Amino acid sequence: MPDLLHLLETLLANPWVILGIKLSVLLILLPATLVVGYVELKVMAHIQHRLGPMYPGGFHGWAQTLADGIKFIQKEDIIPRAADRMVFAAVPFLTMMGAALAFVVIPVGPQWIIEDLEVGIFYALAVSSIGVIGVLMAGWASANKYSLVGALRMAGQLIAYELPLVLAAAAVVMQAGSMSMVDIVESQRPFWLFNWPQGLSFVIFMIAATAEVVRPPFDMPIAEAEIITGAFTEYSGMRFAFGLFAAEYIAFIALSALATTLFLGGYLPPIPALDWEPLRPLWFLLKTSSILFVLMWVRWTYPRLREDQLQRFAWKVLVPLSLANIFFVGALKLTPII
Amino acid sequence: MAKVPDELTRARVTGAGTLRTEEMILNVGPQHPATHGVLRVIVTLDGERIVEGEPVIGYMHRGHEKLVEQRDFRQITNLLSRMDWLSGINNEIPASIAVEKLMELEVPPRAQYLRVILAEINRILNHLMFTGSFGLELGASTPVMYAFRERELLQEAMEMVTGGRMHFGFIRPGGLKEDVPRGFVETVLKGIRQLIKYIPDYENLLLGNEIFKQRTVDVGILDPDLALEYGVSGPILRGSGVPYDVRRADPYLIYDEFDFDIPVGAKGDAFDRFWVLIQEMRESARIIEQALEGLPAGSHLGQVPKRLTLPEGEIYSRAENPLGELGYYLISNGEAKPYRMKIRTPSFSNVSVVPHLLRGIYVPDMIAILGSMFFVVGDIDR
Repeated sequence: MPDLLHLLETLLANPWVILGIKLSVLLILLPATLVVGYVELKVMAHIQHRLGPMYPGGFHGWAQTLADGIKFIQKEDIIPRAADRMVFAAVPFLTMMGAALAFVVIPVGPQWIIEDLEVGIFYALAVSSIGVIGVLMAGWASANKYSLVGALRMAGQLIAYELPLVLAAAAVVMQAGSMSMVDIVESQRPFWLFNWPQGLSFVIFMIAATAEVVRPPFDMPIAEAEIITGAFTEYSGMRFAFGLFAAEYIAFIALSALATTLFLGGYLPPIPALDWEPLRPLWFLLKTSSILFVLMWVRWTYPRLREDQLQRFAWKVLVPLSLANIFFVGALKLTPII
Repeated sequence: MAKVPDELTRARVTGAGTLRTEEMILNVGPQHPATHGVLRVIVTLDGERIVEGEPVIGYMHRGHEKLVEQRDFRQITNLLSRMDWLSGINNEIPASIAVEKLMELEVPPRAQYLRVILAEINRILNHLMFTGSFGLELGASTPVMYAFRERELLQEAMEMVTGGRMHFGFIRPGGLKEDVPRGFVETVLKGIRQLIKYIPDYENLLLGNEIFKQRTVDVGILDPDLALEYGVSGPILRGSGVPYDVRRADPYLIYDEFDFDIPVGAKGDAFDRFWVLIQEMRESARIIEQALEGLPAGSHLGQVPKRLTLPEGEIYSRAENPLGELGYYLISNGEAKPYRMKIRTPSFSNVSVVPHLLRGIYVPDMIAILGSMFFVVGDIDR
């Protein structure tokens, strides 16, 4: 028995094994895009009484995502003659990369993290905004007026939600006294269901995150019925699937994982008694999925706001609230509560 | 700090207040999801603010008025059914009434009742469609799916009777093409009950939703006087607070025998128009229930000559279409075909007022306004 433990220890010390563990995070999170896309179809079908997504392949419409994928591959890849080809083609990489980079600092378990950067949360919030540049590029490169309007809406939206998002995260950083993601999770011990002092930050963060991933009620930059998917009007086939859908889902998962880490105790179990090392990634995935589900529910329920209404809401409600929240958390910091 | 005179600031800050930014002309349509078909709106944009919006119609002109002159009086109902493709029966009824009045044909009571029932089912089908599509235009994709669920049962009833789902071609001068099949009353009642059960869902999902209110209240206020000047009618006019309904103002068929209310809005904004639309479904359901209760036995078709030859003369026949007042001005020169038929469609008049509503608003409001003006492009262009 001691031999076996010893072997395990040497194995875990091997840099290649460590690299393997780290890469396995990507193996979980990147295919998650497909899973979330699939689940969203099913959630939508149930909420809306939709028959289509429950049909392909027989049982519960399991083949729908597959069929969608095949359809996207088959579509003709059209680049308008007036478009700037280089920029146009680069967009899907940019929009996907930004959100995917955030996975680097997301702790699925205390050891199970690609790199526990000291500026973890700062890094995650910074890279998750890169996608906006992609959308702006798409808008300018497409040589289409609808795309331009969509891209400018996206830029306007970035200014509106980014500040509340960062301020809400800042309140958590104040509580933890560190920007490292693992430290933020550990600082929430003893953990009971939710990071209670951060209730308001959680609400602000979730609203701002919905605006960041451009999902209803804040999907004005793509608004199909108004500006015909905005910056992506001219995209077709796989470019459309990657540039818009895949990017949206990666960002969607990344921000839900971030919210889990900041407010729901990441890999910590809902009650301290359940804290058993091998189960930790499970808690993380469970919490992230619940956030994803709630956001899907919101998406299929609400209509869309207007861009100026979002701006007013962000600057007149969210920003003052998050500043007040920072004051509140600072005051709590003086007490023995946190 | 002393106030700097305006001329000075203008001089220093290049063009603050005087600089005219370049306007962008955006073609919304003919292919655009919010125009349900091929309406085109040329909008001049300053940023996202609309300086001017000009609807361009005619992309779906099929020459109905001329085509009618080439067909006999039984065939024209089939043709007119295709004008407003969401409310076929309602298009057919006034045409048949015009022929019946000119020829002094008697329509048996059973046919009268069934016409009312079919017309009101068709009205509900139309209103459900617009309930769903308006939600969709505002970004809520769920109501349209619910609306189609409710439509399906009533569509089934229509299919039972007429064999078609859109172009029914079922009204004939003097009555109906056939009697209704067995099981019709039960199917309609089932559909009506399901509709009544789920209308509160629509009200909660849309009318009661804070975001929906933000997008529709005080958006696209249509002044009642302006509306009357442009000949606007239907739910849009009633949304502006004018209780005008042809079913009441100039009763045709047997509408004067039924008890129903005319819902009117208070402000005339997009919210009121949509509210009226939903309430009208309730009223239609009430009419159908009363009509089914009083449905008499008897023939579905009166005494009609084999060859319909109208006496010389002219007549204006009008009816309350789901979208507003539909009128046919029929001139007969004593032949088996109409000499001329002028068609007055509700959507044409309703859309003509749109430029007044589009000034100085944002692009998303334009979508809310177009969505709440409830038009069918085939009905505009004919």
